[in-house]
Amino acid sequence: MSKVKTVQEAMEFIQDGMTVMLPGFLGVGTPKALIDAICERRVGDLTVIYNDGAFPGVGIGKLVRCGLVRKMISTHTGTNPELVKAVADGKIEMELLPQGTLVERIRAAGAGLGGILTPTGVGTSVEEGKTVMELDGNTYLLELPLRADIALLYAFKGDTAGNLVYRRTARNFNPIMATAADLVIAEVENLVDIGEVEPEHVVTPGIFVDIVVKGV
Amino acid sequence: MTLPSSPKDLIAWRVAKELNYGEIVNLGIGTPTLVSNYISPEMNITFQSENGFVGMGALAKPGEEIPDLTNAGGQWVTLVPGAAFFDTAMSFIIIRGGHIDVTVLGALEVDERGYLANYWIPGRGGPGIGGGMDLVVGTKRVIVAMEHIRRDGEPKIVPRCSLPITAKRMVDLIVTDMAVIRPTTEGLVLREVAPGVTVDEVLAKTSACLIVPDDVGEMVA
Repeated sequence: MSKVKTVQEAMEFIQDGMTVMLPGFLGVGTPKALIDAICERRVGDLTVIYNDGAFPGVGIGKLVRCGLVRKMISTHTGTNPELVKAVADGKIEMELLPQGTLVERIRAAGAGLGGILTPTGVGTSVEEGKTVMELDGNTYLLELPLRADIALLYAFKGDTAGNLVYRRTARNFNPIMATAADLVIAEVENLVDIGEVEPEHVVTPGIFVDIVVKGV
Repeated sequence: MTLPSSPKDLIAWRVAKELNYGEIVNLGIGTPTLVSNYISPEMNITFQSENGFVGMGALAKPGEEIPDLTNAGGQWVTLVPGAAFFDTAMSFIIIRGGHIDVTVLGALEVDERGYLANYWIPGRGGPGIGGGMDLVVGTKRVIVAMEHIRRDGEPKIVPRCSLPITAKRMVDLIVTDMAVIRPTTEGLVLREVAPGVTVDEVLAKTSACLIVPDDVGEMVA
């Protein structure tokens, strides 16, 4: 059965106050039509999980500029002065994580794990408030799984069943975030019929994807 | 050859001499990116980019950008034959898991313990952690490439970092436009000075204690 809906239909599932996973690295690999639709509908008070601040007005930077973000869980803000200022002014709450920790926390949630142990962040500000564990003479931080209400993916190609193929560095967080949200919406640039994606080439199996929308 | 005259290029050129045949290398944003300009193809170095690939080539020429192909600084880049793309989990399996030989990254401060600070200025915010903490924790050799002093003239090589540290790990080498310094358990050892720079000038621009052996060399081509 086809999972294809219009962007407007998909928007019915996104509500104020939700936690939203958005893949991307400085805007590459981030859905465009879905972010534009969120801005148009003024869905706000969002907690956004995204790698970085992108650039002013670009990708996640568009949500920041529209004032729709309450909290960010992220690894880097420096490329977006508007986000840096919003955090400094207390308008956006920021949870700052190492990138490898962010992706493993999401992977843990999707993989049914109770958390992960990482040496990254030991002895730094990242350690604050976290359980520190010694194992075989090494020190680790216990990092807990990170889930979202909704994940909005971006794929270069996808079929009507949600099997996804990415292009170049636009893959980044997409395959991981696909596994760790209650509802997964994939924006695909090239939408094809079921069976038209070679099974050997599928990166994200369609079982993870609830809704497919055609990108612009 | 004549040495590069600009401070950033001099740093990049000197760092490049630290890389060995066939190594897997991650270059940070800014000055470290310039290191690739001083690596010949015969060195068979593979560059990893944390946003999801190995086999990064030169920057793309204007007008020849390839969609969805950028480096970790968001610049358009090219690929070399044998390149491979992967997701962020795989990227940090490579980084944290010890599969990278050398990482070159900038710093706001480095101290006598060999610890670096590069992600947060309290009160001003940013730039953020990104892949930096994982790279410093997981890479076999960590080289700091930075200008010797801050823009306001204050030293960046200090007794103790005043900014939040990136990791409790002693970096392996510090390369600046004035000197090459090797952190050791005894302290920071001055190894080389840049052409035209004296040991006394390095000491004057460094607030950390430096060990000065008898055989301090000069950066030479």
